[in-house]
Amino acid sequence: MIMGVTSGQWFFILQGAGWTLILSLLGFVGGTVVGLPVAVFGTSNSRVLRILTGGYVKLIQGIPLPVVMFICYFGISIAGYDLPALVAAGIAMTLYSSAFLGEIWRGCIEAIPKTQWEASESLALGKIQVLTSVILPQAFRVAIPPTVGFLVQIVKNTSYAVVIGFFDLTYSSRVINNSTFKPFVIFTAAALIYFAMCYPLSVLSYRLERKLKRHSRL
Amino acid sequence: MNSTVQFQNVRKCYGHNEVLKGISFDVPKGSVVALIGQSGSGKSTALRCINGLEEIHGGELYVCGRALHEKNCDITALRLQVGIVFQSYNLFPHLTVEKNITLAPRKVKRTAPKEARELAAHVLSQVGLADKAGEYPDQLSGGQQQRVAIARSLAMQPELMLFDEVTSALDPQITGEVLKVIEGLAKDGMTMVLVTHEMGFASAVADQIIYMREGVVWEAGDGNLLKHPSTPELQQFISNGL
Amino acid sequence: MNYNFDFSFIGQYWPSLLDGLWISAEMSAVALIGGFLLGVMLAVARTQGSPTVRRLATGFVDLTRNTPLIVQTFWLFFGLSALGFLVPAIAAAVVALAVNTSGYTCEIVRAGIDSVHYGQKEAAACLGLSRSQVMRNVVLPQAIEKMYPALISQFVLVMLATSIMSQISVEELTAVGLQIQTRTFRGFEAYLVIAAIYLVMSWLLRVIMNLCYNVAFPRQRHISQARSTFRPGAPAPSDTSIATGARP
Repeated sequence: MIMGVTSGQWFFILQGAGWTLILSLLGFVGGTVVGLPVAVFGTSNSRVLRILTGGYVKLIQGIPLPVVMFICYFGISIAGYDLPALVAAGIAMTLYSSAFLGEIWRGCIEAIPKTQWEASESLALGKIQVLTSVILPQAFRVAIPPTVGFLVQIVKNTSYAVVIGFFDLTYSSRVINNSTFKPFVIFTAAALIYFAMCYPLSVLSYRLERKLKRHSRL
Repeated sequence: MNSTVQFQNVRKCYGHNEVLKGISFDVPKGSVVALIGQSGSGKSTALRCINGLEEIHGGELYVCGRALHEKNCDITALRLQVGIVFQSYNLFPHLTVEKNITLAPRKVKRTAPKEARELAAHVLSQVGLADKAGEYPDQLSGGQQQRVAIARSLAMQPELMLFDEVTSALDPQITGEVLKVIEGLAKDGMTMVLVTHEMGFASAVADQIIYMREGVVWEAGDGNLLKHPSTPELQQFISNGL
Repeated sequence: MNYNFDFSFIGQYWPSLLDGLWISAEMSAVALIGGFLLGVMLAVARTQGSPTVRRLATGFVDLTRNTPLIVQTFWLFFGLSALGFLVPAIAAAVVALAVNTSGYTCEIVRAGIDSVHYGQKEAAACLGLSRSQVMRNVVLPQAIEKMYPALISQFVLVMLATSIMSQISVEELTAVGLQIQTRTFRGFEAYLVIAAIYLVMSWLLRVIMNLCYNVAFPRQRHISQARSTFRPGAPAPSDTSIATGARP
């Protein structure tokens, strides 16, 4: 019994933390898979593609994540599937992350000076080669600090999955609070666990950004 | 003390680097002193010591009756008596020309809004920009912006005006309009210290020219100094500038 | 998939939706203003304060930015109840939102303050203005103007974040969705409608904020602002959209 909460209850809370990490990973991987095309198509010469990706991003960014979670959850059940909340939460996190990551990465691609495009095209490289060999590698370097920074948002926003009953850290701590009525102890502990996951990433993102700024001054 | 500014063996260091190695000179009331020299000679640093932008680490410095080398010197009160114009004008871009000028009188001296506007109109006509009161700085040319900067400092009615290479950032064609304003102020009896590269202007307007080199006063003289330099270094400096 | 979409619930539930919308809007407004003011104070504390003040402010910002809003809300709401204070849920919600956003606002404003050229502070100080006068009249106006796009994005995020307050039984817009689901089993349609309402609210908020910008900062710098790339999450305008912008 630590501070009025049994070790069994603490373990329960930590299990939730484990699922938080899993959902965060899902959200990041899914967000990358969907977000990268969003970013690349968002910089294409085709106005249609730009409008579509722009519209997608504006759509997701204009809806609260809990509502996205609900739509995925109910959407799956009316599509006839009986799947655990993890799937709905995973899809919702993917949609959410892909929109934000897509925007961040699009900005990074556009940050590469036009002269790089011109130089590589003048060397008779095809569009895709220009992207993969010249632009994206450079954009990748620029993209690392904000991407790491956004990882923090992903980890924190997995907490919204609690609305569809997903067993994450927020859910598990609320359950324990309902039986022990020690909110300061429990939610402080939950906050500290989130902090332990997020703060190192925040610091890393900040340091990477400083390093990048220093390099780009050369 | 008849001198508005008195440097007595002033020293200043940046870390291990001694930038001012014991300089001494006086600026009598109503006179114009020009500080000239290469970059790194310490002339701008010396100027910035006068209104407390730079701290001194040795010697004594008296400005408008205040002792800057003492710890309890009231720098804010000093700055009501000393105006400064910078090389990069530093106008407030989010305010109109008029508001740039009236900001300090209204906030520091509690001047009433109507009086402040009249004051602004007066100093603006002094610098020849009476019609620009409602415009924003980025709508003006460099020379006009610099003149507004001068007007802004004048609005606080200082006893002493400092000019830190105010024409160095301007196109040669428009330095003339700014120099004319400064000359006008000198004729009206304003005590001034100028750091400048404009040799001709210094000779025409200054009562005292001080050539600084490597943190010391290398040579000093009256307005004719540049016609009759004594040291070979000053001769070299003048011929490089021609 | 055989699913018949049925939006007829709107006919019966639109008053509830409007009530929920109104509560969301109220919460957003108060949290935005409170959070912004608190954020500015934190930014000033972090840039101007004594070393102790700076460390406290930094610690506070780090804490609020690295823990989820919902955990902060639970901590506040359930914590206060456990202590015996019966705060209305909406009050706890607004305070939690304001505190949460103050951390982000602080960083945005701080970046803006740091971006103001030091020559501005020098010139203002040399005119005799005190430190607080320099901050209020010269630095902050320029900082906020530069950081406005980022502030708009942050404000939209706050408005969207009110959605989670249904978890402490605040009767805001998202809570109505669950209501409709339990009574009509049309949860999917309900949340689609609610999503659409949030989209409209986001758009409206951006429009209002842009209007405020034009009123508060009348300088013709919109063109250069549109070119600024400091807009996390907002698509950068294409070059063709830059107006011819009269520059006399």
